Amino acid sequence: MNIHEYQAKDIFRDAGLTVPPGGIATTVEEALSLARGLGLPVMVKSQVLAGGRGKAGGVKFCKTEDDVRTHAGNILGMDIKGHTVRKVLVTPAETIAAEFYLGMLVDRASRRVLLMASAEGGVEIEKVAVEKPEAILKHAIDPRFGLLDHEAMAVALRLDPDVKRARQLADAMQKLYKAFLAADASLAEINPFIFTDQGVGKAIDAKINLDDNALFRHPGYAALRDLDEENPSERMAREADLSFVKLDGNVGCLVNGAGLAMATMDLVQYYGGRPANFLDIGGSSNPDKVVNALRIILGDPNVEVILFNIFGGITRCDDVARGIIAATERMEIKVPIVVRLTGTNEAEARELLAKTDLVGAATMDEAVQKALALAGK
Amino acid sequence: MAIFCTRETKILIQGITGRDGSFHAKSMLGYGTNIVAGVTPGRGGQTFEGKVPVFDTVKDAVAATGAEASVIFVPPSGAAGAVFEAADAGCKLVVCITEGVPTLDMVKVMPYLAERGVRLVGPNCPGFINPGQKAKLGIMPTNIVAPGPVGLISRSGTLTYEVVDALTRAGLGQTTCLGIGGDPVIGTNFMDALQAFHADPETQALVMIGEIGGDAEERAADFVKANMKIPVVSFIAGRTAPPGKRMGHAGAIVSGGSGTAAEKKKALESAGIPVADRPADVVPLLQQIWKR
Repeated sequence: MNIHEYQAKDIFRDAGLTVPPGGIATTVEEALSLARGLGLPVMVKSQVLAGGRGKAGGVKFCKTEDDVRTHAGNILGMDIKGHTVRKVLVTPAETIAAEFYLGMLVDRASRRVLLMASAEGGVEIEKVAVEKPEAILKHAIDPRFGLLDHEAMAVALRLDPDVKRARQLADAMQKLYKAFLAADASLAEINPFIFTDQGVGKAIDAKINLDDNALFRHPGYAALRDLDEENPSERMAREADLSFVKLDGNVGCLVNGAGLAMATMDLVQYYGGRPANFLDIGGSSNPDKVVNALRIILGDPNVEVILFNIFGGITRCDDVARGIIAATERMEIKVPIVVRLTGTNEAEARELLAKTDLVGAATMDEAVQKALALAGK
Repeated sequence: MAIFCTRETKILIQGITGRDGSFHAKSMLGYGTNIVAGVTPGRGGQTFEGKVPVFDTVKDAVAATGAEASVIFVPPSGAAGAVFEAADAGCKLVVCITEGVPTLDMVKVMPYLAERGVRLVGPNCPGFINPGQKAKLGIMPTNIVAPGPVGLISRSGTLTYEVVDALTRAGLGQTTCLGIGGDPVIGTNFMDALQAFHADPETQALVMIGEIGGDAEERAADFVKANMKIPVVSFIAGRTAPPGKRMGHAGAIVSGGSGTAAEKKKALESAGIPVADRPADVVPLLQQIWKR
């Protein structure tokens, strides 16, 4: 789950990081009143779950109240990479003497939390990683001891030889690690971490991605989910406990297992079609789950055919077939349905399907080809 | 000989009386797996299926039966705890089937396992099966495997079954079919598995099923190129996955433009590993390059 900058800043504040004050506005009037309270100049920053907000014109410096009116008016309602801006963060504009990038993520190769730090702050770190990889310092943190003082300081001094500033950078890294653990994050970034002309270090931007698997132990984070940012079908899927990603094709896919679901989408494309979605229905033959999945997929008007691809394995295929038949009988479905079932009792399953309007298929390739032939008919 | 365990390896199951644990324990027993104990706190003294003794703790189970390996079927909130317990009790092989384990829990477990020389498979994986040894540590269907010379490594479950099934139908049995799991932080990764297969004289050919996210396949390609002489073929799932979206598996995500199927295919092919366009092409591709 991804959260907004202002929400990430709250988590950073709780971990002891210095973060400038600020408030959230959904109207120009609210933005103005926040700006008056904070004192001009301010920054007006769009709050959307997308990168590149500044480049898109979604982050503006405001010297006067008129600036606030103009920029907040422009930014609210603006589209940034398909996300509509509904709120802006109003925060004091800082004077920037130096800026740095500080980030942490879970590193698959070392199986540790990896600290990444760079003196190339304030720019897209992905770009730095490609163009100037040596400008990013890395340190894999031992989970038993955390980020030790000397480790943080060694990185900090390479970022900035000034000891006073290096100490602040090291402290920020340790607090970032604290925030990372406290939130069960998968990614946490401060970009940039700045020094003002008075030499005060501050996190003026914040990004946190949360580990979905750990949300169960953070009940309070449910309130951080921005339902406006979620595709309605993806929200329905999440509530039905189905793993779903909306795509823009016309072949609705219901598959058991994430790897097979991806391979099915790939195969649809291989035969010249376009998948409408990724959906992992899991190992269950429960008709309710199938009904939920079908509702989500059929909510997409582009879908012209439904393709079930189930590799039964231990699950009995006749059970799965009964579940699919029961589900389809409970709904009015106007598009053709192709069902591929393989595994235990697949012959019985095919007999059950033969008595219905569902189109059976023995292999994945056959199922995809049949689905494409039926699409739009 | 297959990898990681033989028919003699003594295996215990943590969570043996739970819904998933009991279902899969029966299947493992039915296959002939050498299950010597089960563990469920509060159920010590009971017997599972009339023959497997159940203990309150892994330590008790190991003391009474000499169990060397554990297969874990406990809910996500307790999964890391179960791995710690198995390692502490002296199990040298731990297979964690549980899906949905918090990533930082696994980060915490890793040095504990390394210090004790414990191999972890998973979490969020189907485990593995050694058909020639009648040993199944996990949830793979037994009816689609057969003993033979092919090793298989995969990050997925049902997609693996698809390819294993095709291998078996083509008369190509397997030494070990291993699902390493779809999470970002896993115990045994592609490299570790490759090293194990490399050391197994019975494995004469290898299939690698990868997917988007991370660069494990790229690292594996380098290892294969530098070390392995047996034929290796691959398939990568997720060519059509949009960037920034998690495709079911926690680790299956293209982020910051890296971890794409195209990158992986390129790395594998430049290491001399053919990559199939469809799951159905994996077996023909292997037969093509395998001069027996």
